[in-house]
Amino acid sequence: MRERHINAILLGGLLATALAAWGLDQPFTITLATKVAILALAGVGLNITLGLGGMISLGHAAFFGIGGYAMGILASHAQNYTPLMEAPLLIEGTNSMPVIWLVAIAASALAALVIGALSLRTTGAYFIMVTLAFGQMLYYFAISWPAYGGEDGLSIYVRNGFPGLNTLDPIQFFGLCFVLLCLVLLFVARLGRAPFGLALTAARQVPARVEAVGLSPYRLQLVAFVLSGAITGLAGALFADLNRFVSPAMFSWQTSGEIMVFVILGGVARLCGPVAGAALFILLEHWLGALSEFWHIYLGALLLIVVLFARGGLIGQIAGREAAHD
Amino acid sequence: MTEPVLSVRNLEKSFGALKATDGVSLDLRPGEIHALIGPNGAGKSTLIGQIAGNIRPDRGEVRFAGRDVTGLPTGARARMGLGRTFQISALAMEHTVLQNVVLGALAARGGAMRFWRPVLQDGALLEQAEAALGRVGLSEHTAARTAELSHGQRRQLEVAVALALRPRAFLMDEPMAGLGAEGSKQLTGFLDGLRAEAPILLVEHDMDAVFALADRISVLVYGRVIATGTAEEIRASREVREAYLGEEDA
Amino acid sequence: MSTLLLIEQVLNGLQLGVMLFLMAAGLTLIFGVMGLINLAHGSLYMVGAFAAAAVAAATGSFLLALAASLAAAAAAGAVIELGVIRRLYDRDHLDQVLATFALILVFSEGTRWIFGSFPLFLEVPDYLSGPVTLFGGIQYPLYRLVIILAGLGIAAGLFLLIGRTRIGIQIRAGEADREMIAALGIDITRLYTLVFALGAALAGLAGALVGAIQSVQVGMGEPVLILAFVVIVIGGIGSVKGALVGALLVGLTDTLGRSFLPGLFGLIMEPAAATTVGSALASMAIYILMAGVLLFRPRGLFGVA
Repeated sequence: MRERHINAILLGGLLATALAAWGLDQPFTITLATKVAILALAGVGLNITLGLGGMISLGHAAFFGIGGYAMGILASHAQNYTPLMEAPLLIEGTNSMPVIWLVAIAASALAALVIGALSLRTTGAYFIMVTLAFGQMLYYFAISWPAYGGEDGLSIYVRNGFPGLNTLDPIQFFGLCFVLLCLVLLFVARLGRAPFGLALTAARQVPARVEAVGLSPYRLQLVAFVLSGAITGLAGALFADLNRFVSPAMFSWQTSGEIMVFVILGGVARLCGPVAGAALFILLEHWLGALSEFWHIYLGALLLIVVLFARGGLIGQIAGREAAHD
Repeated sequence: MTEPVLSVRNLEKSFGALKATDGVSLDLRPGEIHALIGPNGAGKSTLIGQIAGNIRPDRGEVRFAGRDVTGLPTGARARMGLGRTFQISALAMEHTVLQNVVLGALAARGGAMRFWRPVLQDGALLEQAEAALGRVGLSEHTAARTAELSHGQRRQLEVAVALALRPRAFLMDEPMAGLGAEGSKQLTGFLDGLRAEAPILLVEHDMDAVFALADRISVLVYGRVIATGTAEEIRASREVREAYLGEEDA
Repeated sequence: MSTLLLIEQVLNGLQLGVMLFLMAAGLTLIFGVMGLINLAHGSLYMVGAFAAAAVAAATGSFLLALAASLAAAAAAGAVIELGVIRRLYDRDHLDQVLATFALILVFSEGTRWIFGSFPLFLEVPDYLSGPVTLFGGIQYPLYRLVIILAGLGIAAGLFLLIGRTRIGIQIRAGEADREMIAALGIDITRLYTLVFALGAALAGLAGALVGAIQSVQVGMGEPVLILAFVVIVIGGIGSVKGALVGALLVGLTDTLGRSFLPGLFGLIMEPAAATTVGSALASMAIYILMAGVLLFRPRGLFGVA
């Protein structure tokens, strides 16, 4: 089966699930589908560094968390009617999703720029350890900074608004997340075929050649890291809005690991790999979680099997190993 | 005499106690093929690295296209028009043949920081890439995955990628490596015609090719250039015979 | 700030440092010899702590508990090396990260399943509890002092093992050239299992020793693992000496930062803000140290350039 068909089935299936649940009046299922869309979005972000760029970032929780806190901070100020800052210029909180998204994207892109610029001075195992460490740094920072809930996190009582929609209606909020996911997927699909994608994937395979033709692997990888962080940050803002709650857990190393698991379960460098992976993850959590309190054991075992015996992930198994991103 | 396109002055580079490059000076003039030969361990790779910009010299100067480029990184030198081929093919194996050559043309034509329009719909870029593939005789393999190419075809592709850059000078590190007699002969013919377009600094072990192609030859031994001259002069040089064939004569 | 407090905090920093060294030494050896990045090293730390707590509860002997931590972690290490890890040596880092991440899930949930979610407590034995008076009349907990000395002793033993013994020669040969070692007729598979079990035992011992100061619970290993990664990035991958220097630097920076940064900020800010900014910054101090090393020595202080 062609990957393009699988992509259509995956996205269509997600949409159909949400619509069917809406028709059957099953809001919980809609929420699960929304969660899949949001976590998939986080994975799509990571997949730019991991799949296209070949950089193993184990610190994407940093951007997920920053996106989440961008929402939490702005909304909490709006909720308490206190400005974020009065001097030198007045900055007020907001309940508007578009504004929150922009702030989340900008803040996580900035963080990715700093973390990426430092981490990309290294490669290989160093890069993994350094990104993991920077993620952990933000985790401890979030815990030790008392203004926004510290260890306990921050609750937002009303979901933020989007012009013309009732975001408290599960199906409308799902629609919003789904459209964002599709737009970002479109962007990443184009990115993969654009000059940038060609140069980035070449830099993963033969950095010496990329340099010898006059391009800078470091700059390519840094830009990829920033784009990737920004997308994961957007997902973080949506995730916070889904739960109406942010906490340092969004920054934890487990979050980084889980985002990576979505990408891997679905298939690295596959456009919709993270969608398949996130859907599988949520399904497992739902089914296995009902079966056993200790469902992570089964998740771990499954992941081991995928890594040791079924390389290429779900989409790789169905579409064959050839032609990632085609 | 015309000004050299590329020149190296008093270049020195040590690794610990080892002087890999010990006061090397040489020129690449317009229109010439200048071959760099020397026994294994003579410091050819280190010298090439310093000219390309991967290795920073301890002392001395590299000038290219009228500028001092000693402090410039590899990418900047490439953008100025220094086209390089590698001793061991450095190609993106997952990409198609065409994609590899397009990559070579990218820096000169709009750069890589373009995120939306598919690269394979860029007419000018494709034209340049296909022309380069045509010249090395790979036109029929444009859509093939690079990993599927034979060793000889990869060597041809290596040259095509450098061609796509439309360089002002070529830096070729053993382009004949691993080619059979027939392949070497073909590539020799091709490089012969290429010198009119841009001069070539050629590191090569295939002595038939070197003596057939080179306008001038420099002999590198223990990090020093012991002789520079025409093929005739080098053949006649006693120092070269001693240094190069020393072990065999002794 | 008094000199006494400073000395006490320096000792605390050393104590954290030597424990981090026990973790980092194993990680860096495993990376140096087998080229493996092992996220599950924190799980072995946890295994050691739980084994010690269980044995101490059953027998009441602290020494038996420590022996159990070494044995259990080494055994767990050998088992996962034989079952999973050895399939990963030829794989890329991504597969190693994922498989060892999967092992964390299995270990953590497995431990929770066996021991439950509540923390266990490992008591410091009577003969090691209470303060001891050091030079200048400094009162310092005896147990922490013993940890420092034990850690330094193990570090010395490790350097002797690597520098002076047959196994050490094999380990160094393995780091330098993996094909060479096979050519020398050394049983490489056995050496790998041995190195992995050795690293695991060190981690397990660290878990047990720290477990007597803090509580023994699921998830205790990973924060230490990440600190050990910071140590390795600072010291340089594959260098045991780098691991020691990095561990002491990280231990001291973290401990001294937490004790003194809020106070230092108090000199220029109002107290409440100083406490907030100081403690937030202190929680990030070692990562800032790591960033500084990355800027000037991307391969670490003792890494190969």
